[in-house]
Amino acid sequence: MLRSLITPLVLSAIYLLLSLLVYGGYCLDLGWETRSSSLAGWLVGLVILFVSVVVLKKHIHAPRPTLIRWVSIKQADQIVSILGPMLVLGLVVSLFAMADAYRDFQGNFWSLPSFRLIMLQTSVVSVAALGMTLIIVSGGIDLSSGTALALSGVVLGLGLEADLPFVVAALLCIICGTLCGAINGTLISLMKLPPFIITLGSMTIFLGIAKMIATDGGTVKPPAGSIPNWIADMVTLFPDPAWIAYPLLPNMAWGIWFVFGLAILAAATLNRTVFGRHIFAIGSSESTARLCGIPIARTKIVIYTLAGFLVGIGGVFQFARLSQGDATAGVGLELRIIAAVVIGGASLSGGRGSIIGTLCGAAIMSVIKQGCTALDLGNQLEDILLGTIIIAAVAVDQWRVRSQSASPN
Amino acid sequence: MVSTSLLNVTEVSKSYAANRVLTNVSLALSSGEILALLGENGAGKSTLIKILTGAVRPDAGTVMVEGKPILHGNTALARHLGVAVVYQELSLCNHLTVEDNIMLGREQHRYGILDRQSQRKIAVEALAKLGQPESWLDRRVSSLSIGQKQLVEIARAIAQNAKILILDEPTSSLSQQDVSQLFDVVRRLQAQGLGVIYISHFLEEVRSLCSSYLVLRDGTVAGSGQLQDTPPRELLKLMAGRDIEQLYPARKPRQGECRLEIRALSGRPWPDNISLTINRGEILGLAGLVGSGRTELLRTIYGLDPQRTGEVVIDQHPRKNSQNPAERIRAGVAMISEDRKQEGLAQSMSIKDNMTLSNMSPFSLFGWLNEAKRDQCCHALKEKFSIKAFSCDAPVWTLSGGNQQKVALARAVHQKGTIWLLDEPTRGIDVGTKAELYRWMAELAEKGDSLLFVSSYFQELLATCDRIAVISQGKLVDVRPTEQWTEHELMQYAMQGRV
Repeated sequence: MLRSLITPLVLSAIYLLLSLLVYGGYCLDLGWETRSSSLAGWLVGLVILFVSVVVLKKHIHAPRPTLIRWVSIKQADQIVSILGPMLVLGLVVSLFAMADAYRDFQGNFWSLPSFRLIMLQTSVVSVAALGMTLIIVSGGIDLSSGTALALSGVVLGLGLEADLPFVVAALLCIICGTLCGAINGTLISLMKLPPFIITLGSMTIFLGIAKMIATDGGTVKPPAGSIPNWIADMVTLFPDPAWIAYPLLPNMAWGIWFVFGLAILAAATLNRTVFGRHIFAIGSSESTARLCGIPIARTKIVIYTLAGFLVGIGGVFQFARLSQGDATAGVGLELRIIAAVVIGGASLSGGRGSIIGTLCGAAIMSVIKQGCTALDLGNQLEDILLGTIIIAAVAVDQWRVRSQSASPN
Repeated sequence: MVSTSLLNVTEVSKSYAANRVLTNVSLALSSGEILALLGENGAGKSTLIKILTGAVRPDAGTVMVEGKPILHGNTALARHLGVAVVYQELSLCNHLTVEDNIMLGREQHRYGILDRQSQRKIAVEALAKLGQPESWLDRRVSSLSIGQKQLVEIARAIAQNAKILILDEPTSSLSQQDVSQLFDVVRRLQAQGLGVIYISHFLEEVRSLCSSYLVLRDGTVAGSGQLQDTPPRELLKLMAGRDIEQLYPARKPRQGECRLEIRALSGRPWPDNISLTINRGEILGLAGLVGSGRTELLRTIYGLDPQRTGEVVIDQHPRKNSQNPAERIRAGVAMISEDRKQEGLAQSMSIKDNMTLSNMSPFSLFGWLNEAKRDQCCHALKEKFSIKAFSCDAPVWTLSGGNQQKVALARAVHQKGTIWLLDEPTRGIDVGTKAELYRWMAELAEKGDSLLFVSSYFQELLATCDRIAVISQGKLVDVRPTEQWTEHELMQYAMQGRV
């Protein structure tokens, strides 16, 4: 009984740590001169996290596990796999923060507004990346998610132009994304063609359709006043602290909490449902899944449709950020989405990946972006850093897989 | 003093984390010796081989080839010193020719331009050492049989000046004909002074080919010596660590009504018009060579391969030709795939997931899984099949072959199979597990299940089945009660139509 509480306990400890950080940032907002001490606190927390991961890892592989009375192997394994990506994220944040501290915090990287911006930039990518995680775990890939997201945004804009209420237009936007996913899934499972090829094609098709229906040179500007305030609040940089159970939760735009909610749903789907096990099975070995009577075609269609649904929600986020529909806003976005999943530790050959990893992957990309801007390093360096991290993530992953498979069988 | 000692392994130990895989293993191989390396799955054979090839670093001990040590983590050096391994899974490039494959990795060139002439010379020499014709060289590897591919791989090792050849279960997927050809080649190489380490689960085979043996058990040397001085029973005992009373259980045939009937079943391209019946409580053997269409027959019955004509009748109900394994599973059919690595199990998933994949309904409430219940069920299955694993959450690839097969069986039990399609279930499995498997098959039949047992190892069919059907080139040759078959006849019928 007590044992089963350990994983949630550790997770809430992490949560407390994170919120302390954000609260610290909030204090900075008020102009308190505590930046260096809060940074020091953060670094201490990170070191504690690092040490606990190392200890747990040692514990899992120790000849005679000594912690066994406190943590079961399975829990230790779970915690390590959850903490691992977080640790990398913490490391990236610390590097930028220390660079910021070196410059007497002139870059304002170590501040709440900066973290809010990071969270917001993360949100669009991570909504779509949740769906992409399902797809990649099942051994597929979706190159069309970026342009499908932009297409959904354009549909939303057109809906507003046609004087539809915002909720209806947003619904249309989500339906559009879902349809795009359903089309991909159906083509992939019925034509039995590689997802890479199918979605490469549909990526271009969606871009073309978006350009065709966007009347105003590729963009759709909704009439003034058609975007309600609550939508602007969804992604605002200056949230009103009173709207949610503040100060129980850090004050961030409600869209960010919404993404967290979706992430919990996605993680539960992946790990705690029959459907989730089927996704892993198809990604791990499709022929085994077939042998076990898993309806592969149907499962794949559902996976891509779900991912499309999330892309549609991503379209609403994007629209809220840009206040307009832009047919070309999604070009290259799919690669950022895929990168988030891959940095998060998923394997492109399927069978491995996690939601928490994906969220951290998306956050790492935003941190690099914001860090480079805050420290005035320019976006050339940002691109180079990002590329390096992607390669490093895959290299570390491969190295881990290899060191594992060298063990006996 | 002239020493003929080729390979000296002294006091090698290796452990992975908590797991001691090898403890003080020593081994000596001289030129012209064929050493049988025996042991159950998980005894440490594969790790020992990996240490010999330099792929794995031992915690203690040394490996010397002709007095030169193998540096670990350096497989190129081991290869250079003359250690070559032919694994069960062949590593050939199917699209290239035999010559290209033999020369792969040591292409002869002048300033980067291929020197075809000297390439061919080396390849021809290598094939000649094996006693194989030169005419092979320009054929594409994809057009060769498995046995021939294996010879190509051996030729590659020879072309690379191998002095020590390690054969890892080379015969487990070969037909009898290919086996005798392989043995000829190995004996020829022995005469040329190569040292051979031969790994196999077939004791008869080992006795006919090898001169000495080394038995590993739980990572230690359980025994070694000359094969002539050791009776087979003694070998079995060394491998299992206990006396195996009886490899095959005694069973009384029990016949009930017809459970599974196949009427004129044809697929693309095989099976070809096959009709068979299997009764309640019966084990029906299906004898045939590799590639005779046995696997295709099972796959067609199970709905994995398309069914062209004919009918599958289960429990007197004709079943739809729907190519839907889920429907067969619901009707009580369970299949154990011959390809455990690729198809039988999802290697990267946990034991628990693999056991329950085909039947999640006992743990699911509107698709939501009850993990506690699933853990319980898997733990019970793990105990029942005595699967050696740290926990049910361990990924399947960490298990030995025999334990993996048990996981596949546990899944079939969990999905409540009553009609069993077993495709080479004993391949690559140690003797102890084999005995368990036969006993367990007999129990199932006793319980009233029906089993279709495919094997290319005819002795086990003769010892376990009630009736045996022989299949050749996708066609049914004959079905008879087991008493009316001899091994020789089975072989003859299985080859019929081949040449």
